[in-house]
Amino acid sequence: MNWQLIPQFAVSGLLAGGPIALTALGLVIIFKSSYIFNFAHGQMLLLGTLLTWWFAIEIELPLWLAVLLALALSAGLGLLIERFALRPMTGQPLLSIVLMTLALGQFLQGAALLLFGGAQRNFPQIFEGAPYRITVPFLIADKPVLILLKQNLVWSFLAAMLGVLLIGALFRYTRTGLAMRGTSEDHELAQSLGLRIHRIFGLSWALAGVLATSAGILMATASGLDLSLAVVVLAAFPAVLLGGLDSIVGAVVGALLIGLAEGLVLAAQPQWIRDTAEIVPYLLLLIVLLIRPEGLFGQKRIERI
Amino acid sequence: MAVLRPAGEFDSTYARDMATVRRPWQWLLLLGFIAALYLLPLYANQSTVALVNRIGISIIAAQGLFVLTGLTGQISLGQAAFMMTGGYISALLVTRAGAPFLVALPLAALGAGVIGLVFGLPSLRVKGFYLVMATLAAQFILPWFTRHAFPELLNGAQGIVVPPPEIFGVKFNQPGTYLYLTLSVLIISTIVAYNISRSRLGRAFVSIRDNDLAAELLGVNLFQYKLQAFFLASVFAGAAGVLAAHNLRHINSETFNLSDSIFLLGMIIVGGLGSILGPIFGAILIELLTEAATLFGPFLVVLFPAAAGGQQALRPLFFGVTLMLFLIFEPRGLAHRWRLWKAAWRLRPFSHL
Repeated sequence: MNWQLIPQFAVSGLLAGGPIALTALGLVIIFKSSYIFNFAHGQMLLLGTLLTWWFAIEIELPLWLAVLLALALSAGLGLLIERFALRPMTGQPLLSIVLMTLALGQFLQGAALLLFGGAQRNFPQIFEGAPYRITVPFLIADKPVLILLKQNLVWSFLAAMLGVLLIGALFRYTRTGLAMRGTSEDHELAQSLGLRIHRIFGLSWALAGVLATSAGILMATASGLDLSLAVVVLAAFPAVLLGGLDSIVGAVVGALLIGLAEGLVLAAQPQWIRDTAEIVPYLLLLIVLLIRPEGLFGQKRIERI
Repeated sequence: MAVLRPAGEFDSTYARDMATVRRPWQWLLLLGFIAALYLLPLYANQSTVALVNRIGISIIAAQGLFVLTGLTGQISLGQAAFMMTGGYISALLVTRAGAPFLVALPLAALGAGVIGLVFGLPSLRVKGFYLVMATLAAQFILPWFTRHAFPELLNGAQGIVVPPPEIFGVKFNQPGTYLYLTLSVLIISTIVAYNISRSRLGRAFVSIRDNDLAAELLGVNLFQYKLQAFFLASVFAGAAGVLAAHNLRHINSETFNLSDSIFLLGMIIVGGLGSILGPIFGAILIELLTEAATLFGPFLVVLFPAAAGGQQALRPLFFGVTLMLFLIFEPRGLAHRWRLWKAAWRLRPFSHL
């Protein structure tokens, strides 16, 4: 174990958890409002990011306009998905709903491939500049520790956290947020109180689409854009379960923990531990499922097996 | 729907009442159909035979999901990973240990079953989404294992070159001859899966699917039966994986991926959940769609110049649309349509049902 490297890897791992947190947040919003776990989230993210790329590079719009257009289109896509794919599934068994989102994922994957192809692309850099150098004010093994942070990573993290705070404020302080919280408590009760729950489902899908696309943009500026972006999202699934399926705080904490764990594993000396970086989220997931299935912050449902 | 049987047919013994193939002419049709399949290489071209091979392998893997998801109601996104496990075990047994194929096939299937058992353990504690996640973990951890563990044995990400199977000195190295192997395993697996579904074991599975609490109260041991379902599903997957690996002559961690698991789940939905005909109809339809994607691929590149490799884009697109349409308009699948059609034929010219 190289203790010198630990702070570096821990901090960059934690920061890499930021975009994962945005993704996880989208999953939680959908799950909270409609009890649907969206397996198509990765493909929604991919399509939104590809749209941004298309507007910015192919049509040569200014970047901010490209991002805004892509976000608007992803919100529209979310609404369409809710209306035409998930609404007919209301009241259907779990298996049908799971398969519907899986089918949707395959469909969007095919559509993305058809429209944009599968090539690796350069995504416009949003946050450029020399990495920040931070000297930690304590010594490890009698040497000062220097942490190098890419600007990209730092600003992506901050942007992601800003998004999380905005969503938190939406839920906490607005009437719409109140309606969404009410719907997540009980669908029938909410409807009998005059909430239009289908509108709220649609709204949560649109929000999830926006969150997915913004997370995708942040990820793509860091690592380029290709089809594997949809797979990266699979790290957000364990994050959501780790935090608890229906907790917004939990999703963020879970995502940061996953990022941290991945970073720490990479700091290890033996090769075989470093190799586990790609499955660390899932190993954590199995442990959580066996010890505390409701996650860290989730509501415990009394359900007998 | 009540069981409709042709008029004038009286079941005078219990055995006759239980029989699947009920009339001599049905036996004739069935045996004729099987014979026609076995003789396929004589009158069909290579690509058709290869397609039938692929369909057969998919049916076997989907039959595992028929037991696990269709009967027991446990959703698994790890079926392709268990196929991979079976393929790897067989490849290792044949290339490293020099085992004959006829020994390697059942051993690999059982080995995949044991691995499936391990990943089925979370089912005792969680269900629904949580179980989907646990099986999804299998889909990541098992391929990772083959990429990184025992590099001198598993050869890392490159995988293993698998020799064609050899039974009593006969090499099955052409699609035409390989078909005999696939069909033979398929017939055995169909008989096994069907008899599971109508025996005590299958009834216990169905009771777990319909209401696990009530099943437990009736004396069905959830622990035992859920694990049995996972074991059986993985045995089917393992056998299919062995056939697929020896057919492709090569196996690595990418041979069976997450989308294959999703496709297998889609097959049993499209075909019809909980019916032995489901995996058969579903696998045929989905594999035909894949074939259509391969056919239309080249034309598509003209329309969408960006689309790299038309088949790669069209395969998930066709599958996604088909599965979505089935889920919305015919969630009971093709098997249900088939039953309706048969009943309508029997009641002709009356339209009651």
